[in-house]
Amino acid sequence: MTKTRTMLAAFAVGLLTSTAALAGDVRIMWYSDGVEGEVLKDLMDRFMKDNPDIKVVIDNVSFSVVREQLPVQLEAGDGPDIARLANLKALSKHWLDLRPLVAEPAYWDKNFGDQADWMRPDGSNQISGFMTQVTLTGGFANKTLFDQAGVALPGKDATWDDWAKASKQVAESQQIPFPMALDRSGHRLTAPDLSFGANYIGADGKPAPLDDGAKGFISKFIGWIEDGTMSKDIWVSAAGSTYRAGADDFINGQVAFYYSGSWQVPNFSTKIGSNFDWVATGSPCGPANCTGMPGGAGLVAIKYTKNPKDVAKVMDYLASEPIVKEFSERTLFLPAHKGVIEKGLNFKTDDAQAKAALGIFVTASTGLSDIARKLPGWAWSDTVYGALVTRVSQAAAGEMTLDEAYSRIDADIAAKVKDSAL
Amino acid sequence: MAEISRQTSQRRIGQSLGETAMVPVSLAMGLIDAPLRWVQKTFGLGGMAAFFLLPNMLIFGIFVLLPFFINFAYSMTGGTALFLSDRTFVGVDQYARLFDCANYLNPNTCAEDTFWTAVSNTGWFVILQVTLMIGFSLVTALILNRELMARSFWRAVFFFPVLLSPVVVGLIWKWILQRQGLLNFGLFGFGFEPHVWLNDRNWAFAATVGVSIWAHMGFYTLIILAGLQAIPKDLYEAAEMDGTRAMRVFTRITLPLLMPNLLVVIVLVLIRAVQIFDEVYVLTGGGPGTSTLFVTQYIYETGFAAQLRNPGLAAAASILMGLVLVVLTLVQLGLSRSRDKKGARK
Repeated sequence: MTKTRTMLAAFAVGLLTSTAALAGDVRIMWYSDGVEGEVLKDLMDRFMKDNPDIKVVIDNVSFSVVREQLPVQLEAGDGPDIARLANLKALSKHWLDLRPLVAEPAYWDKNFGDQADWMRPDGSNQISGFMTQVTLTGGFANKTLFDQAGVALPGKDATWDDWAKASKQVAESQQIPFPMALDRSGHRLTAPDLSFGANYIGADGKPAPLDDGAKGFISKFIGWIEDGTMSKDIWVSAAGSTYRAGADDFINGQVAFYYSGSWQVPNFSTKIGSNFDWVATGSPCGPANCTGMPGGAGLVAIKYTKNPKDVAKVMDYLASEPIVKEFSERTLFLPAHKGVIEKGLNFKTDDAQAKAALGIFVTASTGLSDIARKLPGWAWSDTVYGALVTRVSQAAAGEMTLDEAYSRIDADIAAKVKDSAL
Repeated sequence: MAEISRQTSQRRIGQSLGETAMVPVSLAMGLIDAPLRWVQKTFGLGGMAAFFLLPNMLIFGIFVLLPFFINFAYSMTGGTALFLSDRTFVGVDQYARLFDCANYLNPNTCAEDTFWTAVSNTGWFVILQVTLMIGFSLVTALILNRELMARSFWRAVFFFPVLLSPVVVGLIWKWILQRQGLLNFGLFGFGFEPHVWLNDRNWAFAATVGVSIWAHMGFYTLIILAGLQAIPKDLYEAAEMDGTRAMRVFTRITLPLLMPNLLVVIVLVLIRAVQIFDEVYVLTGGGPGTSTLFVTQYIYETGFAAQLRNPGLAAAASILMGLVLVVLTLVQLGLSRSRDKKGARK
């Protein structure tokens, strides 16, 4: 009898201890493009040493898990306490308002205010989180291939056509499969669309039908896929709006020009190393402008957390100036923090190519078009991106004509707008 | 004499061990005997059957019937909210949207063109995969049923892919078939022109059929092999003594006696083919374009992966797919019952 009582007591103590441990747990859902997962772990270890009552658990997952599974968890009122993700606006109703919880809301407004609208419901002054990195789409050229082919790299204001022509010459000379590649992503496709004068936002704030600017670049893009100038592999490699990057092809020296974004810099620095020389080129110009598309990943607190105070403590720590500075310098990410940007950064890399590339992106960020600045905070961006990818890739695979693709894109977006109104 | 005594002693030990092992069983039986008698007395003999079926029916109800009804309820709602209580009732609108087509044979004329493309792809996949799977499994089972050198090894070789996770299967074949994959490496080595297999709609479709057969054939081969081994040997001996030709032996003895197993295999292969998703999703992602997009992937994309999810439309599509599976199962039941009746008449 005594033995049974002892066992029951031990079980009860065990149960209480485990519940107590859960009460102080803060789970972060995190995906990595490069080394940022390791940096975060290091930062969190230091945080837990100073705050032994808070246990931070990092769930490292792939980008597709965040993109496809997190929304479902959130709709079910579940999920982690903090998450790092890119589609911040569309899910903004699930974010916790940190304003009453953080130590100094004014510090957050001052340093992260420019991107606050990207991650909060329209019309609110909520502090949902902060951008762990601000990104900008842009091109990369394999300089070694250009040099070997004896083709000069197109200059600063070179157009998409200039890059296509030069890359084609390089590919022919160097016998590589494709001259150019562009990620299978609506966000990436949008940058050249805007440079051709596209505007997705209608007068009522809802999506407008595809205009001549968007059609102008998309028709060029499909033409390039058909004549082999642009990599077909990436765009036809899946159905629906599935994301596919062309980074591996660039890293393996299979394309001369690759259009992606600033988040690839640490990836290229690590994986390309001294295999070949590469340069960031900024965004090629279209008839309207030479804009790239801003974006990035943000860290947001989720309102279903059971430990909002602990979550706010973790967020305050990660958003503090020295931590943002250290995180950016070690990951080679461009920070969103105004104070850090003003004081300057000393990126922790010996790679001169990476340093130069980051400089190019910083310069390019000053030349964004108005519509490019608006899109990250527009609630329908992801809807438009999804429809673009789905139908443009069908046109690329030869399943429909361009006109059919355009009308399908408009119809898909209209159906989504109608669904969301129900 | 000593041998008989040893065997008797061993038998006694065996008996006593068996009796010892039965003690807990007898005890347990004694314990449940009284409640079971009470159940039988209260509910009658028919009630006893229901009593024993109840746990299984509960599991079936919770994990199959309930989700089916919830899914049906979702298919009658619209909007992007996840919880049923937050969703708007739209009646049969989702079904109407799926069936909004000028010409069902041309998906491009349909409002939900990708759904009809997926239906068409799934139809072709089922026809090809089921036919080839049954054919290859049958031939493999017939070969493995013969006296072969290292027969167990060969049986294992055919069964091993079944043990692999579908994701692993998809990745292995992706590495083989992609632009810089093993197949192109081999072709290039032998002086042939490499081909981007997964970018070519016909080859990509053929790859999904082939990979699916490679991955699952071992399981069906095993079922057919079990059926082959259950056929009495004396029938073959009698046929041999009568000088019957091999093909006649196959059509008159093997195939009819194998039919119950083949029916099971056909139904299992059919259902699995209609539900195809995982390995294809990893291998081709539904591409190039939508040429390997199947119904299950359409449902997944619509309900979970799209930027603005539409659980109602996904639910309506899955109800339609469920109906197709019910029809297929009823056909199988009908076939096996008519076979049983024929057998009874003979």
